[in-house]
Amino acid sequence: MRVAVQREVFDVGYEIKRISNNKKIGAVASFIGQVRDVAMTLEHYPGMTEKALAAIVEEAKKRWQVIDCTVIHRYGELKPTDPIVLVVVASAHRADAFAACEFLMDYLKTRAPFWKKEETPEGERWVEAKASDDQAAERWRQA
Amino acid sequence: MKLKVLYFASVREKVGKDAEELDVPAGVVTVAALRSHLRGCGGNYENAFAERALLRAAVNQDMVQPSARIKAGDEVAFFPPVTGG
Repeated sequence: MRVAVQREVFDVGYEIKRISNNKKIGAVASFIGQVRDVAMTLEHYPGMTEKALAAIVEEAKKRWQVIDCTVIHRYGELKPTDPIVLVVVASAHRADAFAACEFLMDYLKTRAPFWKKEETPEGERWVEAKASDDQAAERWRQA
Repeated sequence: MKLKVLYFASVREKVGKDAEELDVPAGVVTVAALRSHLRGCGGNYENAFAERALLRAAVNQDMVQPSARIKAGDEVAFFPPVTGG
């Protein structure tokens, strides 16, 4: 399991390759989130961020078969099309890999202490949390 | 009672600093009570901790409810709902 919070861009090909070197793994699912429309600055809570991400990974491991998993989230200044977050989940079968990957993203969006400030044509503004993100995280309670 | 208090994102900007050591009255034993205490500090704090402000809190780097207890030496953070991912 690997959790990283970093300024630097990540290499998706490398991250997937390094996770897949295990004969028990039959499925690797990945998700990349990237900046849309306008440049932004991502702030986070050093220390808590790593803890929160590790806790979310532990939660996913309780619910699905997760053989290996990588979560990388960037902070700092990012431009449109820059990658922000990478989640890679490896399992024996695809159902667990897909579900755990989606769960990790949904929980990360509501529990990991990151904040986006966008540079819009009208000036800087803090992105507001979306109710749809809360709902997306909430549905895993019943799952 | 001494606490380390941290502010992030819009809360940090409104307060005008990212962290401070505070000595709060002994009666301030929950996150909600600390928020009220800070609101009462006037000026920037009144705005940052206004009743209408949608805030989240963490104690010792774990996200908590407003009813969560706090004790001397704790690290308490206030911030808006998170928007990562």
